[in-house]
Amino acid sequence: MAAIADTRPRRTRNLTRIIAPVIVIAWLLVAVFGPAIAPYDPAAIQDADLFEGFSAKFLLGTDYFGRDMLSRIIAGTRQTLGIALVATSLAVTTGLMLGLAASAIGGFFDAALSRFLDALISIPSKMFGLVVVAAFGSSVPVLILTLAIIYVPGCYRIVRSVAVNVAALDFVVAARARGEGTFYIMTREILPNMVSPVLADFGLRFIYVVLLLSSLSFLGLGVQPPQADWGSLVRENISGLAYGAPAVVLPALAIASLTIAVNLSIDAFFSGRVREGVH
Amino acid sequence: MRATIGWLLLSRFLLSLATLLFVATAVFVITNLLPGDVAQELLGQAATPEAVAGLRTALGLDVPPFQRYLAWLGKLLTGDAGLSLVNGQPVAALIGSRLGNSLILAGVTALVAVPLALTLGITSAVWRGSLYDRVVGASTVLVVSVPEFLVASAAVLIFAVHLQWVPALSQLGRINGLFDAIRVFALPVMTLTFVVVAQMARMTRAALVDVLSSSYVEMARLKGASQMRIVLWHALPNAIGPIANAIAFSLSFLLGGVIIVETIFNYPGIAKLMVDGVSTRDLPLVQACAMLFCAAYLVLVTAADVAAILANPRLRQG
Repeated sequence: MAAIADTRPRRTRNLTRIIAPVIVIAWLLVAVFGPAIAPYDPAAIQDADLFEGFSAKFLLGTDYFGRDMLSRIIAGTRQTLGIALVATSLAVTTGLMLGLAASAIGGFFDAALSRFLDALISIPSKMFGLVVVAAFGSSVPVLILTLAIIYVPGCYRIVRSVAVNVAALDFVVAARARGEGTFYIMTREILPNMVSPVLADFGLRFIYVVLLLSSLSFLGLGVQPPQADWGSLVRENISGLAYGAPAVVLPALAIASLTIAVNLSIDAFFSGRVREGVH
Repeated sequence: MRATIGWLLLSRFLLSLATLLFVATAVFVITNLLPGDVAQELLGQAATPEAVAGLRTALGLDVPPFQRYLAWLGKLLTGDAGLSLVNGQPVAALIGSRLGNSLILAGVTALVAVPLALTLGITSAVWRGSLYDRVVGASTVLVVSVPEFLVASAAVLIFAVHLQWVPALSQLGRINGLFDAIRVFALPVMTLTFVVVAQMARMTRAALVDVLSSSYVEMARLKGASQMRIVLWHALPNAIGPIANAIAFSLSFLLGGVIIVETIFNYPGIAKLMVDGVSTRDLPLVQACAMLFCAAYLVLVTAADVAAILANPRLRQG
């Protein structure tokens, strides 16, 4: 997946520059203040039919158990965003440190680490997730660690290549000529010049993590009941698909709105920096 | 120069083999990392120590890990993937009974997806910047940024619930004739096609656009050749390598998509078998399925690289 290509007219482009980050921030606020704004207890069975449609009482209808769908999606926001943010931060921090270390130390360390992480990429991400869950069972710490491990190599690759390029620039050569140490050059000269590619990469990794987490939960192998993230919400309501119940599609749309908004935001802030495939 | 290209291909194959060995090692290590005891877990807490010890021996768990790894690897190579922990049947037989279904699903999808994606990618490149190009571009981005199960649910809602053209679930046992087959395969194939086509069309368009920015295309344009002629006559033959690369690479997206699609449509394929194996923690089954998927993925990625190597004109000449 790549960030969206700029094929739209300028006015719509400027509009998405504003709307996309607003959607991302709105979801973050929902994740933080979730319990305070949810109209009902997400676990409470309401006096309602199963798979009810939209109504004034239950804005987004009810689920397969007769629970308020809006409150369940709000509760799921915290699960999806929380797990994804922690996992992405872990992946990007690790990738950043390893990438910097590899470019600074070079030689055998760099070659061995690069080979190892390249080999890790050759395991499709869903496969890796499935094997780990089969071995360890599914729990939030296992999920976070697995998602982080899966996306370290991609981040490492980008950090390493950017760091190698920055290290060849004149001001780094000058710093080296001044006699500055490796650690100083890494943290004071190279790191500040990598902020925007690393942030853009954080955004892309976050999208992949959300999609993979949702897929695992959809398969029943991610977040376990009674907790439910957006992917679990789709799974538990899947029987409503045959009746066209909104409870199946709404959580999936929530995921799509988040991933597309993050994608467009990356494009708005860092136009055309990091482009890479995902599977 | 021929020596170079042969050398490149050989080293690519060796790298793939080494990677496959790494993947096998990773799968084995992950599934054997847990300090807990499979035998204990299978028999439950109430089991006598003698029973647990007996099962440990029967499962070969009393051998040192490295020896077990070698034995596992050797058996895997000869097609013996061990016994299922859940029902005691040979894993190879379980997989064998499902593999065909998955291959049919993947094959039919590829037959539909490849021509469709090439048409979309080439036409977008021909009419670059037009409304058509923008609509195709935006839709493909939309499809690759959303989870597969959203595409699948949307397909069910539209074609099975509202239009009622096809049933929502796959029932392979009840196929009578071609019409039934189309009805059963329609939704799974459609969902997978969406996922694969989006990626493939984008890459095809990118490959062509890349060639279109070269100087000989500029020359053809200055001579007054039409856009259609430039794309089909001048650019396409030179973009075949990158496009073959795009096809092979995009088909690897089938492997991820098929896991979701077989689950949502209850399709009796190998991905559904694996997902069920993960829920019951049937490790031998999961190991074998994982190796099969990873091997298929490696084959496609290697094919993509080989296409790129063969297409490189600097290596082809001479």
